[in-house]
Amino acid sequence: MSDALADWKPDVLGVEGRVLPVVTAPAAVLSREGAEVDPADPEIVQLAADLVATMRVSPGCVGLAAPQVGVSAQVFVVDVTQHPKTATSHGTFVLCNARVVEASRWRPGREGCMSVPDLTGDVKRAGRVVVEGALPGTGEAVRLTTDAFEARALQHEIDHCAGKLFLDRVAGAHAVYQRKVYL
Amino acid sequence: MNELAITVIGPDRTGIIADVSAALAGVGANLSDSTMTRLRGHFAMTLICTGPTAGDVEKALEPLSDLLATVRAVQPEADGAARGEPYLVSVHGADRLGIVAAVTRVVAAAGGNITDLTTRLTGPLYVLVAEVDLPPGTADDLAVRLAEAADELGVEVTLRRAESDVL
Repeated sequence: MSDALADWKPDVLGVEGRVLPVVTAPAAVLSREGAEVDPADPEIVQLAADLVATMRVSPGCVGLAAPQVGVSAQVFVVDVTQHPKTATSHGTFVLCNARVVEASRWRPGREGCMSVPDLTGDVKRAGRVVVEGALPGTGEAVRLTTDAFEARALQHEIDHCAGKLFLDRVAGAHAVYQRKVYL
Repeated sequence: MNELAITVIGPDRTGIIADVSAALAGVGANLSDSTMTRLRGHFAMTLICTGPTAGDVEKALEPLSDLLATVRAVQPEADGAARGEPYLVSVHGADRLGIVAAVTRVVAAAGGNITDLTTRLTGPLYVLVAEVDLPPGTADDLAVRLAEAADELGVEVTLRRAESDVL
């Protein structure tokens, strides 16, 4: 199954991605659990391409979930290849209906989010995860094991699909900060 | 629009926040930023509100006689965006007089602006954690000076970048 992910490229979607506006909190769509999707549905294939295109034009963006472009659905894109904290990376990929099936090595880290542009927060995430989901288009089931920054990014995006922001997971009352560095 | 800086402190009990915030809401004071915490046995609140006049708020808080409140009108901030690089200073060691004064003097001398600072004394152990905005390129030098100050105080100090990853 993991070979399918390694070979996956956004151009297999076969449609041009559109750059969509990124929704920011307190938009209700960010707090709603996304619907499970049919990965073969042409609308979902288009959404996948749109997410890739929108991520590409957003500086510093390493992942984007459907609710962040106003669509309440369990689809997200991740690409952490350029990030300095990346250990394992699976390149650019879109997953549908993804869930974390194993999580370990919990550690804190400070996160920011394009949908919460003025705040950051300290969030504990698993440093190693196993995630299962489906590829858009073929609908092929994939299971991936990853660590470090890619693991954090996957958990952040899967949270978006469940209607959760990092603000729902901060370590405490003093773990939310005014964001100081803008990309 | 009036902007007010309000402090409230009193012996801790249940319902302080509910009482104070209800009194504020009652006179149309909208809480924008606040920190509230328990310090030893006291509950302390620092609030920025907009809406009513200072006099209205003072009157509204008057019935809460177990709490000491101050209210004053302030100017809204022009631009609160920090310009420096975010760092964390952590200090821990045996309690002694002057730790906060010495550490923050070193940070100030380097042009660092402290944006948040908490201290805790627990038994003999004193802990200080501060968020600091530093002018670009000054962190290494500050780390050396903090180490010197820490040596004199007999405490441990670390300075590290408060990195946030955008996802």
